[in-house]
Amino acid sequence: MSIFTVSGSPHVHGEENVKKIMYTVVFAMVPAMLVSIYFFGIDAVRVLLISVISSLFFEWVIQKYLLKGPVTINDGSAIVAGILLGFNVPANIPAWMIIMGSLVMIGVAKMSFGGLGNNPFNPALVGRVFMLISFPVQMTSWPVAKPLFAPQLTDAITGPTALGLLKEGVDAGKTIEQIVSDPQMPQYLDRLLGNMSGSLGEISAVALLLGGIFMVYRKVIDWQLPVSIILTVFAVAGIFHLIDPQHYIEPSFHIFSGGLMLGAIFMATDMVTSPMNMRGKIVYGIGVGLLTIIIRLWGAYPEGISFAILIMNAFTPLINNAFKPKRFGIALKK
Amino acid sequence: MNKLRTFTIGGVHPKENKLSEQSSITVLPLPKQLVIPLGQNLGAPPKPVVKKGDEVKTGQLLARAEAFISANIHSPASGKIAKIDEAMDASGYKRQAIIIDVTGDEWVEGIETSTSLNKEISLSKQEIISRIKECGLVGLGGATFPTHVKMMIPEGKIAEYLIINGVECEPYLTSDHRLMLEKGDEMLVGIQIMMKALGTEKAIIGIENNKPDAIAHLKKLAVNYNGISIQPLKVKYPQGGEKQLIKAVVNREVPSGKLPIEVGCVVSNVGTAFAVYEAVQKNKPLIERVVTVTGTSLSKPSNFLVRVGTPVSDLIAAAGGLPEDTGKLINGGPMMGKAVSSPDIPIVKGSSGILLIKKVESKRSTPQSCIRCSKCTVVCPMGLEPYLLAKLSKLSVYDKAEKERIMDCIECGSCQFTCPSSLPLLDFLRLGKQRVGHLIRTRK
Repeated sequence: MSIFTVSGSPHVHGEENVKKIMYTVVFAMVPAMLVSIYFFGIDAVRVLLISVISSLFFEWVIQKYLLKGPVTINDGSAIVAGILLGFNVPANIPAWMIIMGSLVMIGVAKMSFGGLGNNPFNPALVGRVFMLISFPVQMTSWPVAKPLFAPQLTDAITGPTALGLLKEGVDAGKTIEQIVSDPQMPQYLDRLLGNMSGSLGEISAVALLLGGIFMVYRKVIDWQLPVSIILTVFAVAGIFHLIDPQHYIEPSFHIFSGGLMLGAIFMATDMVTSPMNMRGKIVYGIGVGLLTIIIRLWGAYPEGISFAILIMNAFTPLINNAFKPKRFGIALKK
Repeated sequence: MNKLRTFTIGGVHPKENKLSEQSSITVLPLPKQLVIPLGQNLGAPPKPVVKKGDEVKTGQLLARAEAFISANIHSPASGKIAKIDEAMDASGYKRQAIIIDVTGDEWVEGIETSTSLNKEISLSKQEIISRIKECGLVGLGGATFPTHVKMMIPEGKIAEYLIINGVECEPYLTSDHRLMLEKGDEMLVGIQIMMKALGTEKAIIGIENNKPDAIAHLKKLAVNYNGISIQPLKVKYPQGGEKQLIKAVVNREVPSGKLPIEVGCVVSNVGTAFAVYEAVQKNKPLIERVVTVTGTSLSKPSNFLVRVGTPVSDLIAAAGGLPEDTGKLINGGPMMGKAVSSPDIPIVKGSSGILLIKKVESKRSTPQSCIRCSKCTVVCPMGLEPYLLAKLSKLSVYDKAEKERIMDCIECGSCQFTCPSSLPLLDFLRLGKQRVGHLIRTRK
């Protein structure tokens, strides 16, 4: 008599697995990586390599020697985190600072909560915010973007970001017209393609959108989440622009500058820290959008999406509890 | 061509692997011995009316239904009762069964064995229902709910639609598909009989679009029958689930915890419709059914017409023999079927297929942490949150699991199929359902 394996149904499994999802995200980040290398050269490669290698290293050390459990560094999640951290810093940041950031990201934000899947806050953003607070000077002096094969036009090594110029200008009491006529202010097309100062991965909206479309196609993210963030920022910025165009810049400026695209497409959509249901995701997206634009318009920092996402991460369990999927056979009562 | 319809919430698309769809139904010869478990229907098992040493004929009553939800069992062949004893069935447990030493195939008087088509429905509504009851019919889609009970509409309810399930959304299985192609007319007469019993004017056969030949064939035949239409459906699992099928075909949602009649529907499988035809027009009890025997390593994936009680090993032998690399034997389809430890179990009324899975595919992957990707929530056809229910069940938080509607789970397995972390979600959901079900019963 032959004895067969007995287990509960289902007896077949789909194609999806964690590794595949993680490498899909890595693949989706390739366009933004290439753009960063194009504009920041070897420095971009240096930052990304240090960030990824140190992330993998810290995850390995912690899993092997502190947790003394299975080592899962090949699941791809540490690589994703490493690239995202690299995306969130200026290309000229000293190596040891990235290593510190990645220690906080992997050690504090991820592994101390139980590793992949258990962290309440987006690890890359915890790492970035830690670096921003600890090394404010280095984290806010951005190298000027220089296309790889273009002749040297300027001597400037570092320059302000578009959002930095805006914040400085508004704080100094300039009108929007004066601010945008500043020669350091990047032009519209440059902002789309990435020819401007900023963190490694945030500069090119087009590259980030490409990656986002790929992730939506591969069903790794839902388009509703980034779209709800972007629309909220656009709507609020637009309303203030209509009321007072002298002091509030037109809304598309906010969409295509700073970390909004990077945050909306790659950070806020992090599976682990964002809500589980569609309605919850939209509520979360609106929350991220609102907090981002509030910080940008009236906060002390020129950039707000990192804080906005981290704050909304904290609300995720509550959102999950309040917003349930549409049940079958239950009329939605209102 | 009608527009393709489907259900709206969730669903997955496993590889179809309909290996045996081209193989016509062939009659499997009688085995030397039949093992007929008493518990073949949902509800109480019937009581034996024969004893050891009795001579029986094909179609003779072996066990009578005494409880309200129960079904008669008849002898699938002629022979001698060897014993009434425990024997292992598809559940993996030893249960009471009648064991017959087969001597031949001599039928009881009054059963018509010719295959000529009889379209004339002469029995009255009451006679139809009692004939169905006499013949021991149960739902052949797998749930094995006694058919005569389903035909009795509760006071104050009206069956507006009879929905016939020709979806066969389980991968690999093709028995319903073949039956639709080869016994189309009989099935349609069976549907008309059920319509008469239910007092229903409209019947709709739901068929997934991966069976275009069956759709075309039945559409052509259906013009000769009043009130029967064919609804092609988009291929999506679990469309054969009763609630999903009603949603897909007539866009009505059966309320949580209620039966289809609540929204004016009765659902029955195509195999059951054929069995109704045979019972009512030919006075033939339910003693045989079509069973798919399939698997990627099997040399001849087939569809057999099999007498109840035939050992599964006979079917496998007839389909080319047990492949060396078989690691798992499944009674049913890959999504909802039950794995069994041995082929020495009998075919019963509810067996729709025997699936052999290769050794390399029969072990589950190692579970990883939940990455909260929410794919399980997206695919759940009942709009539940499997990740949450599995966790609540793991932590024994049953009151919360009940509030999160764990009892609505239809155990289709879409969540576990889709989980990138290979978590045993459905295992925990089943456990939770049992515990919560127990809590609900003790509360009353």
